[in-house]
Amino acid sequence: MSTGLIFAFTGVLLFVMGISGVLLLTHLLRRILAFNLMGSGVFLILVGLAQRYDIPDAVPQAMVLTGIVVAVAATALALTLTRHYFTLTGRCDLAETEDG
Amino acid sequence: MKKLLVLIAGLSFAAILGTAMFALESTPVDLRLEVSANLPLSGVDHEVTAVLLNYRGYDTLLEIAVLLLALLGILAVMPFDRTIAPPADGPVLPILARPAIPLMVIVALYLLWAGAFKPGGAFQAGAVLGAAGVLAHLTGLVPGWHRPRLWLRSGLAAGFAVFLCVATATLGHGAFLEYPRPLAGALILLIEATLTLSLGFCLSGLFLLLSKGEGDKS
Amino acid sequence: MTLEHYFDIVLALALLWSAWQSLITPKLDRAVILFISFGLLLTLAWARLDAPDIALAEAAIGAGLTGVLLLDALGALGASKHSRKRQ
Repeated sequence: MSTGLIFAFTGVLLFVMGISGVLLLTHLLRRILAFNLMGSGVFLILVGLAQRYDIPDAVPQAMVLTGIVVAVAATALALTLTRHYFTLTGRCDLAETEDG
Repeated sequence: MKKLLVLIAGLSFAAILGTAMFALESTPVDLRLEVSANLPLSGVDHEVTAVLLNYRGYDTLLEIAVLLLALLGILAVMPFDRTIAPPADGPVLPILARPAIPLMVIVALYLLWAGAFKPGGAFQAGAVLGAAGVLAHLTGLVPGWHRPRLWLRSGLAAGFAVFLCVATATLGHGAFLEYPRPLAGALILLIEATLTLSLGFCLSGLFLLLSKGEGDKS
Repeated sequence: MTLEHYFDIVLALALLWSAWQSLITPKLDRAVILFISFGLLLTLAWARLDAPDIALAEAAIGAGLTGVLLLDALGALGASKHSRKRQ
């Protein structure tokens, strides 16, 4: 039960929490928070599994560095769209579509 | 009902993935040996920087492109009716921020230089510059970017443009993004320097383009 | 299990607890603040995983910039005035 495996399993649980949040929560800001939790979970899995050797593996660490910057860009765009949606409709959750 | 389904699916997914992780064996391809064996040829002395800017330079190029695309998306959706925020009350915050910002620029330049042989590099330096920009705006020293002018737009695009120019220039000598061996260190430093500047602008722009404040303009 | 493993387990539990509370709490500004503290705990986790580059980037971008963006959006949505229920 090494350090890497502890944090990799924490990453798995964070990912599951994040995706349950995206599916079950209704407020858009909370869904963005849950989406970021999913991303952080995946990063923990990548770097945690890179610790299997005695010297840490550099390739997953570079990928996670790229991932953090892309995640903040995606969060900023998602927040802009949420704010624009709020000024257009006045709601903070997506409207339910009626079928039929 | 939906909650129960999601809960069961999530927990079973976690159980399966956890079991697979604990039973993982070492891979047949060990990339660490390749990374450290080719490190003297890559132009830098730190493995993560070498992977980011030399071995997987294409990923970094596309990452900057994605960041610029997100910025374009924000520029497209930006609301034009903005209220002017009241200026910061009291002089304490700007007085504390004024010496902090040049210090942050020095820290960013150090991180950029140290990235060649210690942990550091363009992304960390760009992040510190972005934080300096956000700090300057929040304490009222820099106004929000309502209509970016030419110098700001060229600063935003400079990192990606220089990286793309270097990448296509190497097309004539070999493959796309294959640096010539004696020039690798210098090219990486050039790309990292413009990347730092561009990242600082982009990351503070993600916040400053949306902000409603006018700053103190003092 | 050595002392370092105890520290790792406590850190992992703190990460999971702050993430869980950030999703569950009915007040939205409390959720954003818990998310910022989750980012700072994640910086400690990167330091424990021998990844100093990622720790530097996460401290500046993940905790700092994302937190500021979320707080700004919170003010724009006016959500801090009336706290919304989770469902």
